[in-house]
Amino acid sequence: MRKILAAVAAALLATGAGLFSASAADKLKVGFIYLGPIGDLGWTYQHDQGRLALVKELGDKIETTYLENVSEGPDSERSIEQLARAGNKLIFTTSFGYMEPTLKVAKKYPNVHFEHATGYKRDKNMSTYSGKFYEGRYIQGLIAAKMSKSGVLGYIGSFPIPEVISGINATMLAAQTINPNIKVKIIWVNTWFDPGKEADAAKALIDQGADVIMQHTDSPAAMQVAAERGKLAFGQDSEMIKFGPKTQLTSIMDNWGPYYIERVKAELDGKWKSEDTWDGLKEKMVVMAPYTNMPDDVKKLAEDTEAAIKAGTLHPFKCPIIGQDGKEVECKDGHLADGAILGMNFYVKGIDDKIPGK
Amino acid sequence: MQLVLEKRAERSTGIALVSPLIAIALTLVTMSILFAILGKNPIAALGVYFIDPLTDSYSLQEIAVKATPLVMIAIGLSLCYLANAWNIGAEGQFLMGAVAGSWLAVKTQGTDAGHWVLPAMLLLGAIAGALYALIPALCKVRFGASEILTSLMLVYVADLLLDYLVRGPWRDPKGFNFPTTAEFDPVATVPVLIEGGRLHFGSIIALAVVAAGAVLLGRTIKGFEIRVVGAAPRAARFGGFNANQLVLVTFAISGALAGLAGIIEVAGPIGHLQPGISPGYGFTAIIVAFLGRLNPVGILIAGLFLALTFIGGEQAQIAMKIPLDVTKVFQGILLFYVLACDSLILYRFRFISASPKVQSGAH
Repeated sequence: MRKILAAVAAALLATGAGLFSASAADKLKVGFIYLGPIGDLGWTYQHDQGRLALVKELGDKIETTYLENVSEGPDSERSIEQLARAGNKLIFTTSFGYMEPTLKVAKKYPNVHFEHATGYKRDKNMSTYSGKFYEGRYIQGLIAAKMSKSGVLGYIGSFPIPEVISGINATMLAAQTINPNIKVKIIWVNTWFDPGKEADAAKALIDQGADVIMQHTDSPAAMQVAAERGKLAFGQDSEMIKFGPKTQLTSIMDNWGPYYIERVKAELDGKWKSEDTWDGLKEKMVVMAPYTNMPDDVKKLAEDTEAAIKAGTLHPFKCPIIGQDGKEVECKDGHLADGAILGMNFYVKGIDDKIPGK
Repeated sequence: MQLVLEKRAERSTGIALVSPLIAIALTLVTMSILFAILGKNPIAALGVYFIDPLTDSYSLQEIAVKATPLVMIAIGLSLCYLANAWNIGAEGQFLMGAVAGSWLAVKTQGTDAGHWVLPAMLLLGAIAGALYALIPALCKVRFGASEILTSLMLVYVADLLLDYLVRGPWRDPKGFNFPTTAEFDPVATVPVLIEGGRLHFGSIIALAVVAAGAVLLGRTIKGFEIRVVGAAPRAARFGGFNANQLVLVTFAISGALAGLAGIIEVAGPIGHLQPGISPGYGFTAIIVAFLGRLNPVGILIAGLFLALTFIGGEQAQIAMKIPLDVTKVFQGILLFYVLACDSLILYRFRFISASPKVQSGAH
């Protein structure tokens, strides 16, 4: 018993000393909240790659901390607050479901700056940032329609939120320019990361005749299933070619590093302010993996389209946009307004499905 | 010489008291080794896990918030387990309570409904949890169906019902299709006890539940009945106790407590109904119940201790960059040692010589 007491006393002293030395350092502390494990090879992995890029660039001026596997339920508010209490002055919360918790903690800690990925609620100390992933989806739609023999695409959806809906619509608008009768089968798995469910969905889609699989979930499971079955697939969030060397056509890769570096620099210079950032291919927040496993003409089409989107001469949601009901959606100035894309809650014509719960 | 495990003639009360302490000591030693292998200072790491969270009001509050549902559910489960009724589906009863209470919150949203809303929600949550728990209990009593299987399977039913509701009829119209209800109105929210903190009135209810559990088991005939039916079914039958009725009663109580915990969690720390409201509280509570030796005060301590490992684990991630998985290993090791040490209550080690001496000349 005396030994345990001695150990406890020693622990108290040791941690006391630890805290003291930590507060003595005056590096800017930057915190990250991750949805999945950093080894998910998708969404969270890419955010962590962004953090590592940040450390590489500014490592002598900052100290980063992350919490992984933070569920979007009741625990996330505590996790965010823990980071704020630990002295982090800039905190990135990297999933949609952290929106309300981030907002709550931001109100409690007015001197801490928060950055929430993919949400729409902001405050004077809370910014939002996201990528225009639909630009990449448009290119994938073209490739998919060119490569599909059955004329049926398989799409694994996570949650029917606007970001995902706009991805499906962009894919189909592009695919219809190649094959007006193209079909898409959609399965909602209601999770961002669950390799088992994602694999099951991919199998079901292939059984329903889909020969090109795309996904809005975070793991390479769908790619692996497509590879086993000899079908084609797109990666998601990160480069997934090693999971399907003969399967991956391209991948929409999230490139958060430059943004994280820019925001942390602003924080270091005292110039941080609450903003809404929505960048795409042009700003390189969204990057396409090399175009592989396709004939040269398809590759050229993809590259030309990518260049056109970057140059601003092509917009995936150019007018007119026809909804599922056959009516034209309000659209002016040549393409859908950003707000309409950010709040998208309808399918375009040609999608033979219903948005869940709508 | 040979080492054998030998059954004791009776329970060793001395070992029963020190066994949790031995288990904790062994856990600390094992974790220290693990930390050392990871290249972390074991003393500092254990300090972050166990001491730091106890040193400030914020962490103490968070421990209470995390322990509240665990303790409430575990108290109910302990009654079931003492009576030999195996309710494994507290998670489902938790969800059903949350759903039933949220129904009122959603229906009164934006109206000028008064302060009766929250009490009514809590009542609805408890009733729904109890009714939901009675399904497997009735199946057992009436048809002899295994309550272990039926109560467990009903968890998934509750999970899918909640999922359907927040994706469909109850979805926040301004929520961009994200599966969640709108934030509850203030009258439908469990009040916070300390301004700026997260400690809420539910923790006081949990303490009241602990007290009620202690009184029920220690001072009432019902409590005696529960113990006797569980410990000595034959004696209970001779004593005229109705085991079937007791299955219904204990299931109803534990369902009600789980349901109450569910609606308190939703109307308290979360503030709206969404999928994933429970990180497995209903299952973790089973561990808490046994860690607390099916004793109300023991359960309170076990719940707080398990909550401490969660909060400490998070702080260890921040302060010492110790991966989350280590916290899970930690909890697993603790349970392992607790169960291992418990076997010493009923058994003891004894050395016996390998070759029994041949007795001679005693014919």
